[in-house]
Amino acid sequence: MTSRLLAFLRNIVPPVVFGVGFLAAWELVVKGFDLKPYFLAPPSKIWEMFTTNFDLVWGATKVSGTNALVGLLVGTAFGVVMSLVLSRYKVLNELVTPLAVALNAIPIFVLVAVLNNMFSITSEVPRRLMVTLVVYFIVLVNVARGLTQVSPTHVELMRSYAASEFSILRKVRVPNAVPYLFTSLKIAAPASVITAFVSEYFGGSQNGLGSRIASNIANSKNAVAWAYVLGACLLGLVFYTVSSLLEGVATPGGGTKRVRRRVRST
Amino acid sequence: MSAVDISNLGKVFNPGAPNQVDALVGVDLSIASGEFVSLIGPSGCGKSTLLRLIANLLEPTAGSISVNGKTPKQARLDQDYGMAFQQSGLFEWRTVAKNIELPLELKGWDKNKRRERAMEMLELVKLADFAEHYPWQLSGGMQQRVAIARALAVHPPLLLMDEPFGALDEMTREHMQGELLSICRRTGTTVVFVTHSIPEAVYLSNRVVVMSPRPGRITKIVDVNIEGERTDATRDNAAFFGGITAVREALRGVEMSDHVRGIEDR
Repeated sequence: MTSRLLAFLRNIVPPVVFGVGFLAAWELVVKGFDLKPYFLAPPSKIWEMFTTNFDLVWGATKVSGTNALVGLLVGTAFGVVMSLVLSRYKVLNELVTPLAVALNAIPIFVLVAVLNNMFSITSEVPRRLMVTLVVYFIVLVNVARGLTQVSPTHVELMRSYAASEFSILRKVRVPNAVPYLFTSLKIAAPASVITAFVSEYFGGSQNGLGSRIASNIANSKNAVAWAYVLGACLLGLVFYTVSSLLEGVATPGGGTKRVRRRVRST
Repeated sequence: MSAVDISNLGKVFNPGAPNQVDALVGVDLSIASGEFVSLIGPSGCGKSTLLRLIANLLEPTAGSISVNGKTPKQARLDQDYGMAFQQSGLFEWRTVAKNIELPLELKGWDKNKRRERAMEMLELVKLADFAEHYPWQLSGGMQQRVAIARALAVHPPLLLMDEPFGALDEMTREHMQGELLSICRRTGTTVVFVTHSIPEAVYLSNRVVVMSPRPGRITKIVDVNIEGERTDATRDNAAFFGGITAVREALRGVEMSDHVRGIEDR
């Protein structure tokens, strides 16, 4: 018991000490060098702004968070369906996968400017579409890999059981792809939040975290902008934590651990 | 009736292409019901190919095979054989019992019957206490025993094994050989067993089929005449050593002829 407590403390104390020390140093530097608030606000001031403007920050967080969540869910659904189609038709896979990988590497969220033009300027649809697109490619590439990179021994075994292609999909490919899905979600969840913020910089309603940060900086309300940044950090953290927990729950023995074991056993 | 009948069998990979490989040429072999036959030979002699042709995981390019008096395809569809590989090929997302139930699931057995048979098979391989464990919680030897239990779950008359003990350490390996023989004695299963190990082939088999590469063919069939039940004492038996010498000489003949041909080619 005590040894477990010790191990826990050993894990948790160093980062906490570092974090507190960092904030203290920040505070001291701002106060000691008398830095102007428009240059850098001290953490104490940011926290004050965060608490006094909490309702505003929370409102903006809800807007950006909803955009990110809707895009994440829709993008994941499309990604999973498309990867199932691609795994069935090899030719399609060879056509689409390189494209998906390439699109993954470029900042496609600039497309939101074009999407804004297509929909009403007050619509949240372009932002949600943008998040959907980003998430879709991440999920597609990873899940398609999970569906196709199955152990050859498993496939031979299934053929020796006279299993149909559909049975192989259901009993081998899909279970094999589950850890890949959760790994892709762990990548896609923070990406969805980032995309939701950045999309707000390309016009549309001024109601989300991204646009609030931009407008407060424009008005030299530096500390308030930082309060929104804090909200953005917390939102990203929530998305990441939930996707990590999901991974742990959905795969007995832990998803990444299982993938690692597989590699070792083959 | 013989379990497997092979006449004038040939297999060519990539026929007509520059990388054409004559994997097997003119193979004749008849395996009696209840017999234990090993296939041994250097890499590339086509022993695994021969096993896969019997299993209908590959199609022959010449000659014919019958399994249980049927075409290999019909035998596969009827699950007339079980198969085990060097990698246990257990599904890591299924428990031990669920792994054994898989071939029964594909045959459409109901849940209770499946579970009953899985427990019976686990008794057979002495792993009844591990039904709810996941494969990664088992040692390599235990995993291989589960794989054998799975291969025998439908009570097939024929068991096809491709170096199933190749990845195990020597001690576990000898233990597993004894276990396999006792299982086959109890179930009356016919076994075709691919191996690299001369002592393993001799210890297990009624007949050892010696094969040679380029093109893959049978060069000699060695009868192993060990009286009585094979136990650990068999490994000190003169007949056992006699068998080993006979197989080794047959294999040396393979290497010699290769060597001589190599010189002629230059």
